[in-house]
Amino acid sequence: MLIIRDLHAGIDGKQILRGLDLEVATGEVHAIMGPNGSGKSTLAQVLAGRDSFSVTHGSVSWDGQDLLALSPEERARLGVFLAFQYPVEIPGVSNAYFLKAAVNAVRRHRGEPELDAMDFLARIKSEMKAVGMKEEFLYRGVNEGFSGGEKKRNEILQMALLEPKLAVLDETDSGLDIDALRVVADGVNRLRSPDRSMIVITHYQRLLDYIVPDRVHVLSEGRISLSGGPSLASELEERGYRWIAQQREPAAGERRAGP
Amino acid sequence: MSAATLAPAAPQALGGVDAWLSRHRMLSPSLPGAGLPGLDAMRQQAIARFAQLGWPSSRLENWRHTSLLFLEQQAFGPGSTATPATTAGLDRYVEQLRAGEEGHWLVFVDGRFSAALSPPGELPPGAEAISLARALQVGDASLAAAFADVEQAEAPVALNAAFAGDGAVITLEQGVVLPAPVHLVFIATVAGAATHVRNFVGAAAGAQATVMEHFVAFGEAAAAGGDSSLTNTVTRVDVGRDARITHLKLQQESTDAVHLGSIDAVQAAGSCFASHSLSFGARLARHDIGTRFAGEHCEALLNGVYHIDGKRHVDHHTRIDHAQPRGVSREYYRGILDDAARGVFTGRIHVAQGAMRTDAVQRTDSLLLSPRAEADARPELEIYADDVKCGHGATVGQLDEEGLFYLRSRGLDEGEARNLLTYAFVADVLGRIDCEPLRRRAEAALRSRLPGGAAMEVGW
Repeated sequence: MLIIRDLHAGIDGKQILRGLDLEVATGEVHAIMGPNGSGKSTLAQVLAGRDSFSVTHGSVSWDGQDLLALSPEERARLGVFLAFQYPVEIPGVSNAYFLKAAVNAVRRHRGEPELDAMDFLARIKSEMKAVGMKEEFLYRGVNEGFSGGEKKRNEILQMALLEPKLAVLDETDSGLDIDALRVVADGVNRLRSPDRSMIVITHYQRLLDYIVPDRVHVLSEGRISLSGGPSLASELEERGYRWIAQQREPAAGERRAGP
Repeated sequence: MSAATLAPAAPQALGGVDAWLSRHRMLSPSLPGAGLPGLDAMRQQAIARFAQLGWPSSRLENWRHTSLLFLEQQAFGPGSTATPATTAGLDRYVEQLRAGEEGHWLVFVDGRFSAALSPPGELPPGAEAISLARALQVGDASLAAAFADVEQAEAPVALNAAFAGDGAVITLEQGVVLPAPVHLVFIATVAGAATHVRNFVGAAAGAQATVMEHFVAFGEAAAAGGDSSLTNTVTRVDVGRDARITHLKLQQESTDAVHLGSIDAVQAAGSCFASHSLSFGARLARHDIGTRFAGEHCEALLNGVYHIDGKRHVDHHTRIDHAQPRGVSREYYRGILDDAARGVFTGRIHVAQGAMRTDAVQRTDSLLLSPRAEADARPELEIYADDVKCGHGATVGQLDEEGLFYLRSRGLDEGEARNLLTYAFVADVLGRIDCEPLRRRAEAALRSRLPGGAAMEVGW
């Protein structure tokens, strides 16, 4: 179970998250929506341990552990996975090497034997088929020269191989055509399980036609401003994010009363 | 005008001009080939040239970032003083180096060919690979070409010509293609010794070969904190019409050594020459690598990687002489610099008048792993022809933070992630070594430089 309490975080002295509270129970899929600049990606990066973001207040607990005290690699080995909005290109490191190193880092931590090249290739080929990636992508540099859709498929492939306990997908749907969108949705749906939590961050409701979340949250100005069931997503699609701002009119009124 | 006449080296200077002159007087009668007509005169001319020049200082344009004046204060024992004590276990060491690899191997111990450590491999008819000392005994005709650089030589090359009595002489008759590389292994066993090695590769029209030079230290010479040794090596390559020569140099000397190396090729029309320079050892390494296109349609690849730390220094000084039309040259050097290490690259490209349709590309990139590390890159393009394409570029950067975070977010620990990105930085350069067993050696040598890198698997 993930419990985020009063989280304040920012970058370069700029406050982005301002008191975010969120609970995601084990086995649930939560969607986080919100306008640009509301802090969605900051939340994702903070959960994964990006140290250029500083957490100034609040706590994040994951299965009883203080997640914020751990390095990015420790989090990954405990089962936290971030599907990047902009996956990084690493020329010179083959995708195969990278994927195997990642899988074995997690396996070592779990006390499982490392996979050798043969076992790994057998395993990965079936997963690649599932996400519609050709085998040649194994032997290219990590994300090197991949199209936007190919990069996202590669993220879903990593998620499938690493079998995380908490997966955070940061706008994995952005810029995708409908086929790639289905691949992402299928990837998430296949991994849905009672012992796995997922946070799907998206700007558009479109992805949620394929992934039906247990809860939908709206993030605005650095905190959750509205939460609801799956129908909240379609309501947002219809009325837009400005509707949320109107819902928060009283708060805005208070501010206006200031000086 | 010369330093020697204006300001004679101080009498006490240990490795100054006078010391080398007196050593030459002492050793020249016993050098291999002594007494051969022409050779003695050439050696006299060479030592005179060195005496005139002295060790280069940073006031000289070609040595601006790499002064060798400190060598005046440095005494070196003569090479070839290997004893049973310094060479105990050497046979097993050579066995390990070979790792069962085929090909023709010539092993040199402290600059002297060791027949015992060099069981002859099979060479096709028309190919020969023998020691220079042996070639001097029989008065081989290729020797004139092997020493044909004395008049204009830089100081280290002149010193080499004065003292060199051994090395490898590889000759290929017309159309001969070697199926496996020729390996030249130079092992230092005596700490504090100076060795002068001279190699010659001569390929007649249409011949093809790959030659690897491997410089390593063993035993006493490999121990850190020992006396500094000097390796002064010259390789001359004569690439005949339509011939292809690939040269790979792996420099893994002890961290106390000074390594001065010169590779000098002359290419006839339609020939290809590739030089791969991998420089990982020595406290100071200077690599002068040059080729001259003496005919049309020549191709050259100068490719290199270095990885150094501490206060060590590597200088690649390259020269491509596009003397004839339609030549293609490519230069790619990548350096990894840690601690307070310094990397220097100078890339001179000379395009002669009339050398039209020249196509030259030069790139050098440095990765600084520490804020105290330093990289200098200097392109020197002199273009006297029209209708040429010459491009050059240089970058200096650090490890990509985004890439580090991406790898760590997948469970790789920070050190592993750094290694991987460091390795990735030079992967392209290593990938240009098209002879697979040599590429594997180069990869292994680089991995052994990375903390915990020996366990890294690559290549798939």
